[in-house]
Amino acid sequence: MPNELFWFIFLLPVISFGIISVFIKPFVSNNSKLPGYITILAIAGSFALSVWALTAVFAAPEHIVEIPKIEWLVIGDFEFSVSMIMDSLTAVMLLAVTFVSLMVQIYSLAYLHKDATTVDTGFPRYYAWMSLFTASMLGLVLAGSLLMMFIFWELVGLCSYLLIGFWFHKPSAADAAKKAFIVTRLGDFGFLAAILLIFSQTGTFDTMELREMAIAGTLAGSVLTWAAIGIFSGAAGKSAQFPLHVWLPDAMEGPTPVSALIHSATMVSAGVFLVARTLPLFEHSTQALQTVAVIGGFTAIFAASMGLVMHDIKRVLAYSTISQLGLMMLGLAAGGVAVGIFHLFTHAFFKSLLFLGAGSVSHASGGTFDMRKMGGLRKYMPWTFTTFLIGSLSLAGIWPLSGFWSKDEILAKALENQPIVFVLAIITVFMTAFYMFRAVFVTFGGEFRGGEQSAHDSHGGGHGEHNGHPHESPGLMVVPMILLAVLAIIAGFWNVTGEFGAFMGHGETEGTFIGNLFGIFTHSALPLLSLVIALAGIFLAYAIYSAKWLSAEKLGSSMKAFYTLLSNKYYFDKLYEDIIVRKVLLGWIFGIFQKFDTNLVDGTVNGAATGTGRTGGVMRKWETGQLQLYGLFMAIGVLAIIIALFIFG
Amino acid sequence: MVGLEHYLLLSAALFSIGLYGVLAKRNAIAILLCIEIILNAVNIALAGFSRYITPLELTGQVFAIFIMVVAAAEATVGLAIIMAIYRSRGSVDATKIDLMKW
Repeated sequence: MPNELFWFIFLLPVISFGIISVFIKPFVSNNSKLPGYITILAIAGSFALSVWALTAVFAAPEHIVEIPKIEWLVIGDFEFSVSMIMDSLTAVMLLAVTFVSLMVQIYSLAYLHKDATTVDTGFPRYYAWMSLFTASMLGLVLAGSLLMMFIFWELVGLCSYLLIGFWFHKPSAADAAKKAFIVTRLGDFGFLAAILLIFSQTGTFDTMELREMAIAGTLAGSVLTWAAIGIFSGAAGKSAQFPLHVWLPDAMEGPTPVSALIHSATMVSAGVFLVARTLPLFEHSTQALQTVAVIGGFTAIFAASMGLVMHDIKRVLAYSTISQLGLMMLGLAAGGVAVGIFHLFTHAFFKSLLFLGAGSVSHASGGTFDMRKMGGLRKYMPWTFTTFLIGSLSLAGIWPLSGFWSKDEILAKALENQPIVFVLAIITVFMTAFYMFRAVFVTFGGEFRGGEQSAHDSHGGGHGEHNGHPHESPGLMVVPMILLAVLAIIAGFWNVTGEFGAFMGHGETEGTFIGNLFGIFTHSALPLLSLVIALAGIFLAYAIYSAKWLSAEKLGSSMKAFYTLLSNKYYFDKLYEDIIVRKVLLGWIFGIFQKFDTNLVDGTVNGAATGTGRTGGVMRKWETGQLQLYGLFMAIGVLAIIIALFIFG
Repeated sequence: MVGLEHYLLLSAALFSIGLYGVLAKRNAIAILLCIEIILNAVNIALAGFSRYITPLELTGQVFAIFIMVVAAAEATVGLAIIMAIYRSRGSVDATKIDLMKW
């Protein structure tokens, strides 16, 4: 097959978006599932092509398939072409994005339902945006130049805005969508500045060329550092790194499958991907690399600590995502592309699984996400419980699930290169295990606590009968979860012998699969240490929330100050909203802008107008309205010119 | 012997007379007549130039004929306008047609 077909990985969802929004939406009811089938078909096609792309890249020398550029526009001697990079990084990302997206689309068919809180099911709208969302992420992954990446980058941001605000009639959802858009825009500003800086210094947008320049040292010094930090600020916005993390927990207002997609394969992973793609720029600037490592490590522990106290199951997962993204950044900074992206790859599967699981339990308990209203769901939802448990074990980093392998590598590299940040990371491992199993025990253990009672009436029987008798979700929801669970188990095996790393261009494969599977504990103490720490976290969660040897309330009140700090999210929302936005921006800076505007800008415009009026008042005295006088002036003028010509000419 | 300069002097004299009339006359019809004089002054200059500088080609003469055609059309339109003004205002005094004045 010709390599140009790779473009269809990205084009298929675009086509599906076009078909749904132009040809389908006006003609079908809002409850029609036809758009869903079209999207699933398109993304399945993309997935098939991605698998083929992966095999092609695998077979190619140095794991890069050359794709001819398409010329787009030429300005002077600057040529801007539409190009595509098809290397191991792209191929892995494509696989994760298309697979997770496919699972999410299938799940959504059953998940979205009409009830009193939603105006309509909005299938056409939902699937059109989902298609576009997937398409823009795929475009971002494929893009061969920074400018193209930026275009898709913004498209991803736009789609996340649309999807987080999918239930736009809820003020909280509309606000969350706005918040996500604005906060990520702050980071994007840095990204754009970095692109412009790079272009002004090198005259190219081409990612591959820039990487070579950074490696060769032609792009170096403070320019490189600032460019890298600018790129990282974009990545921090999208990947919700400290201090731009505030949008992600609020993004839970969107439909759960959207959260699953945002949190695993698209949107948040875009930031990590961007850093991975431009990693040579970071590697040649110590400060930039250090920034990434420190922010990553700090975000990991910072977000994990907030995850400890949340009652909303989706928020627990949201903070967990932020924390895991921090680990990925740390992995990129400490160990290179292979380490960070491997965690991204495994994380995509188990985090989307966890979100789909959260959606499933919410479906069963009347639409609430509050864990305190759930409980005992293990009996009623065996499949959801099993898959959720697998996801949690994987996220906690329990051997031999996928999360163990990727997290272990990050820890090992961090210990080697960033020993201080390593301490943060290892505490994060403990917290992760604790909050995930807190969620598992509270949600699935004990007795059912009645679900969302108030929703019983408003649902008008639509799915109110679930209350009191929660039951397993339909097959369309369970099957994607099972498939994702399988991958959450096996995805990590790719790197047991270091094969993933070799594919990414780091190191060689060594040992046998079985040998390494068990031998991992004999090389160094670290894997065992992280495993023990994770198990300790799980045990603590068990002690508090299942066996109730310790009372959660007592524990909370004994560390009251800390607990309040955490449940108020370190007051970051307050800081941003009340102090920065309201006081500093609205009260102070915008006040100055307003004065500047009324006095200087408006003053100039109004002054120009009155000035013109006054001049006119004087000038119009000369206008007698007599044609002959004007003619006389003209004749005098012509005469003057002729005389001047005779004298000077 | 009559040379080019005689034609040009005649042309210049007619032009100046016409220009004076356009600027000084109050009667709109007189202004129109003076414009015709200006145009014909130009015609004389064109014919003279053509005769003395490129005697084998008739470009100047042809131009002069074009100008006459245009002048005829212009006179028609001009007279029609003056008629309309006279009907509405009862006068053709150019100094009194000053609606455009501030």
